[in-house]
Amino acid sequence: MDIYILWLRQIRRYTRSKSRIIGAVGQPLLFLLALGYGIGSLYKRAGGGNYIEFLVPGIIIQTILFGAIFWGINIIWDKQFGFLKETLVAPVSRLRILIGSALGGATTTLIQALLVFFLSMLLGFRPYNWALTIPALFIIAVFAFAITCFGAGLAARVNDFQGFQAINQFLIFPLFFLSGALFPIQGFPKALRIIASVNPVSYAVDALRHILINQGHFNLTVDLLVILLTLIVLTIFGVNSFEKIET
Amino acid sequence: MKQKIIEAKNLTKSYGNHTVVKGINFSVYKGQIFAFLGPNGAGKSTTIKMLTTLLKPTSGEITIDGNNVINEKNEARFAFGIVFQDPSLDDELTAMENMELHAVLYHLSKKQRLQRTEELLKLVELWDRKDSLVKTFSGGMKRRLEIARGLLHHPKVLFLDEPTLGLDTQTRNLLWDYVKKLNKTEDTTIFFTTHYLEEAEEIAQEINIIDDGNIIAKGSVHELMKLTETNDLEQAYLKLTGKNIREEKVDPAEAWKMRARSRRMN
Repeated sequence: MDIYILWLRQIRRYTRSKSRIIGAVGQPLLFLLALGYGIGSLYKRAGGGNYIEFLVPGIIIQTILFGAIFWGINIIWDKQFGFLKETLVAPVSRLRILIGSALGGATTTLIQALLVFFLSMLLGFRPYNWALTIPALFIIAVFAFAITCFGAGLAARVNDFQGFQAINQFLIFPLFFLSGALFPIQGFPKALRIIASVNPVSYAVDALRHILINQGHFNLTVDLLVILLTLIVLTIFGVNSFEKIET
Repeated sequence: MKQKIIEAKNLTKSYGNHTVVKGINFSVYKGQIFAFLGPNGAGKSTTIKMLTTLLKPTSGEITIDGNNVINEKNEARFAFGIVFQDPSLDDELTAMENMELHAVLYHLSKKQRLQRTEELLKLVELWDRKDSLVKTFSGGMKRRLEIARGLLHHPKVLFLDEPTLGLDTQTRNLLWDYVKKLNKTEDTTIFFTTHYLEEAEEIAQEINIIDDGNIIAKGSVHELMKLTETNDLEQAYLKLTGKNIREEKVDPAEAWKMRARSRRMN
């Protein structure tokens, strides 16, 4: 029940903030349109095939990655403006506070990703097998929860918005651009290819590509194992960071 | 002799080699209205944070209603309610939703929650605003809601950390009236801090004064006046703690918070 009410709190806050809903879909949509049409014809001429099809799984993961990490701002907000204290003195473990809040953050991020998915369908995207959208949804949800825990953990460790933004700039842009979300990894120079192959985001993008458009760079089993490992590591990071909060 | 409900023994908190609370001892008895006074930076807030499980003491022991605050955190948490110095409501939720969240975290049944919420929101005169978002409330209304929320789970002890800070005289009087009423009707023990000494003089049955991490005086208002040969609590307090203004260290996060808050108010 305590996890449920903390989840519900996030959902209530989300549905009351229309600007957040639109804002978080805007950036991926821009990438989809600008890159999809801008690079699409080039990609086709280079023999790559349909670029929009290639791009959509990457953009869905982008929505999750940016959305879930930025959701961490909520934790800083709670810390700065006091609400966190209400939960910290309540008879609830910090693990449960994190799990409840992060499930809420993951749910809202998932809604954003679904919005982006529907918008991409308006642009002509179709999964190659509709039945596989169910496992795709599951993978997105797991990845969203992992990244939300990461965002919450980072937020627990910094004390101001500027610090949080700075970490994000240094962290999520490289994670995103060096993940194969926008360009095929096999086309990367060797050094970048190595970086991409130790970047967990690459595996999430790849898994989604396997499932939605039947293309891939790594082995799907490897993708799924990396996602699982990411989930475990980031959840532990989040819980650890929460245990350390002192007001 | 009445039963002890809060007991602190050799309570100490250090940061590196800087000791903020220096092995203090005090007891609060069941049903008492207890004032914890001291200048800024004396260790008041640190002590309250330790009493309410937010901060782990460096050494020493605290029990609340027989529960060890360090080892039996959750049991102790059920026994107290707290109204913080800074607001701790969720502004994006309604008054009712803030109450609901608290009730669920403290394991109240739905029936208990609805009944108690109505009773308390009526007491603090917010029942007709129960479905408004908290961000539309004034400072006084928010403080009243925090008090109602702090009482929701029938705590045996209510901590009030400078509850009247920034409130107008009318709201302050109302607030102390609620507190006194509560203390009478539900036998709730009240532990509060304030910088308004006339409040402490009027309402507190027992006063402890902390300065520079040590408790320097204990007793009723009369005992403190007698001890210092003064006629009111303010004079007694100044005689005990001196007239110097304290240098208070402000950490960067606090300073930032204050800036952000003043920006939001403008």
